[in-house]
Amino acid sequence: MAKTDNKTSVPKRRANNGKLSFGGKWQYAKAPESTDHVAIEDRYGLFIGGAWVRPKSGKYFATINPATEKKIAEVAQANKKDVDAAVQAAKKALPAWRKLSGDDRARFLFRIARILQERAREFAVLETLDNGKPIKETRDVDVPLAAQHFFYHAGWADKLELLFPGEKPEPVGVVGQIIPWNFPLLMAAWKIAPALAAGNTVVIKPAETSPLTALRLCEVFEQAELPAGVVNVVTGDGSTGAALVRHPDLNKVAFTGSTEVGKEIQKAVAGRSVDLTLELGGKAAHLVFEDAALDQAVEGVVRGIFFNQGHVCCAGSRLIVQESVHDLFVRKLQRRMARIRVGDPLDKNTDMGAIHSSEQLMRIRGLVQSGVDEGAVLFQPKCALPKNGFWFVPSMFTGVTQSHRISREEIFGPVLSVSTFRTPEEAVKKANDTSYGLSAGIWTDKGARILWVASRIRAGIVWNNTFNLFDAASPFGGYQESGFGREGGRQGLRAYVKLRSGLLPG
Amino acid sequence: MSVSVRKTYKLYVGGKFPRSESGRVFQPAGNEAVNVARGSRKDLRDAIGAARKGLATWSGSAAYLRGQILYRIAEMLASRRDGMVQELRLGGLTPAAAQKELDNAIALTIWYAGLCDKALSLLGSQNAVQGPFFNFSTIEPTGVIGVIAPDKPALVGTLALLLPLLVGGNSVVALVSSHAPFAGLALGEVLAASDVPAGAVNLLSGHRDELAKEFAKHRDIDGLLVSGPPDAELTEAAADNVKRVRFCNLSSAAWSKVERLRSLSWVEPFVETKTLWHPVAP
Repeated sequence: MAKTDNKTSVPKRRANNGKLSFGGKWQYAKAPESTDHVAIEDRYGLFIGGAWVRPKSGKYFATINPATEKKIAEVAQANKKDVDAAVQAAKKALPAWRKLSGDDRARFLFRIARILQERAREFAVLETLDNGKPIKETRDVDVPLAAQHFFYHAGWADKLELLFPGEKPEPVGVVGQIIPWNFPLLMAAWKIAPALAAGNTVVIKPAETSPLTALRLCEVFEQAELPAGVVNVVTGDGSTGAALVRHPDLNKVAFTGSTEVGKEIQKAVAGRSVDLTLELGGKAAHLVFEDAALDQAVEGVVRGIFFNQGHVCCAGSRLIVQESVHDLFVRKLQRRMARIRVGDPLDKNTDMGAIHSSEQLMRIRGLVQSGVDEGAVLFQPKCALPKNGFWFVPSMFTGVTQSHRISREEIFGPVLSVSTFRTPEEAVKKANDTSYGLSAGIWTDKGARILWVASRIRAGIVWNNTFNLFDAASPFGGYQESGFGREGGRQGLRAYVKLRSGLLPG
Repeated sequence: MSVSVRKTYKLYVGGKFPRSESGRVFQPAGNEAVNVARGSRKDLRDAIGAARKGLATWSGSAAYLRGQILYRIAEMLASRRDGMVQELRLGGLTPAAAQKELDNAIALTIWYAGLCDKALSLLGSQNAVQGPFFNFSTIEPTGVIGVIAPDKPALVGTLALLLPLLVGGNSVVALVSSHAPFAGLALGEVLAASDVPAGAVNLLSGHRDELAKEFAKHRDIDGLLVSGPPDAELTEAAADNVKRVRFCNLSSAAWSKVERLRSLSWVEPFVETKTLWHPVAP
């Protein structure tokens, strides 16, 4: 082989290592969403039997804006008696609601969907204020999906006989629902909509720290003239939820939250013939094979872990990359992470908003510290954070092993852990090395490999060459300790009906 | 007349017929001369280990093959009619009742055999999502399922709980009737002759009071299907690893009606829905 002159045949590496630099001259101008069109009461009562009532406890607590730490409003602390009043209201409303024709139940749900669409901007702003997530997400994800859940399930209300072959499904009865703070309105919608479509009545408890959009949803029910007592909302802390799941008149409990609390609920309803669905925690593996479209995969991984500040039960928190592309992929991720805009959630250019609460911030900090202590290598881009509020820089650990706490425990924050695999078999083994089983991601250009890997991963949702997509028609829920039952789709509605031939719940 | 040949009633674990590792036996009421292996917690652990291996084989088999194997169970039940009737009579049934129960067992098995390659179409779906995505939901087995069979009917009671689980691709550890374990244990001999893979079904005999809670507690069991009314103690123990728990509380009249015992809704609680997304692009 002829000698070549390396000096001329190899292009010079650019001095700035391929990074674009505008010398700080191209900053984004502020683009805040206005809040003046969203009227917020100083104090909210409980929504029971179609009316706003003062809590029997006489107690209220503040809900704050996580981006400013300023109080937004006070909400009621429901105690056992309040919960009982709500359950009695739901019980009272049940006979008429289940007797109502499916056509009419459908029309109420269609109305609710339409009103939500009409008031979408207001809900998006309120959600961002109360939760801390960026307006971009509440506007484009949370609120439209919430409306879709009502629209989708409206169309089921008059077709229940098509739900399960050979069965005439019946409503379960009074349903108690507990939802988390990470998608407050969306969770309320995807719990309430199927319950109502199937002819059940509801008592729902929003999360202590993000109750405002669920309360505002009651205004939508009022506008839609939904019969009194069909949906009742009780706000409060964990004690309110505990009182709800232990109420003897419930026929079903639906819970979204941590695995730890889910287990307590399963115990609390044991032996009572109460139907139960649990949507619990996750520690999703996100697999990137060497043949994947790496730039797209980078976007997918970013969406997988930094969407909603990582406060997502199905977040792709364990990136497992094929060894041959690890270094390249990590460099690409680092470059991309440096361009994530963290800050004012109301700004339309913001990618990552505030951490939802100081408590959650402490938990994230603690787990990140454990990652450092256990020897993983932390990367955090330079990132200016606002002075007030709760914030955390997008973070990535490399050199993570399967035994590190950061690859076993759900962090529920913007923290990615990276490890490697060599063969598809090893990728599957690592992906399944968890007691959770909610979601997974696979990036490869090989169709046959996608199906091979996807069929071996124990998880309820597998995103292939994409991540963190949701739809009312798509069943969502986990394997193993990520819970049981599905939400969305035909399978989700199934959890809200009783079948005559069915087995009894635990 | 020659002296009759008796049978030793042993467990069915991993395709073999071991005695209890504990060395214990019990004598079911009315059959004081018969020593039946009394399964222990350690036997249960062994059976779960076998079931974990059997799960891979069974769930990895094509639905068509699983259907044929279940149909083979029906064939074996039919061809061993005299023997099975005798086992049922040992459990206290009249000749007519024993014949009837065997008929029901065969009918039930054939119904579920034909369901194997339809369950996915009936419980899965393609979903109409927004955006350019192909989205579908398939079903997969929950895993290793523990079954506590009723005392009566001894054969149909075990089969009715076992078959829907096998249709879903699960492997099973079942505690057969404590009162009349003979037909339940003899079922193991039928399964062994039907090409059911080793470990896909494991049968234990013993005391329900002693073993049911061990089933509920064990973290390598993924689901629990228990005959009788809901039992808070079992569900509480099962919550430790978020087991799927169902109870089957039927009257003796219901247990004798085959139509009541065959339902897709008995398959559904022990399969997991897996939803796949993929972009659609040129």
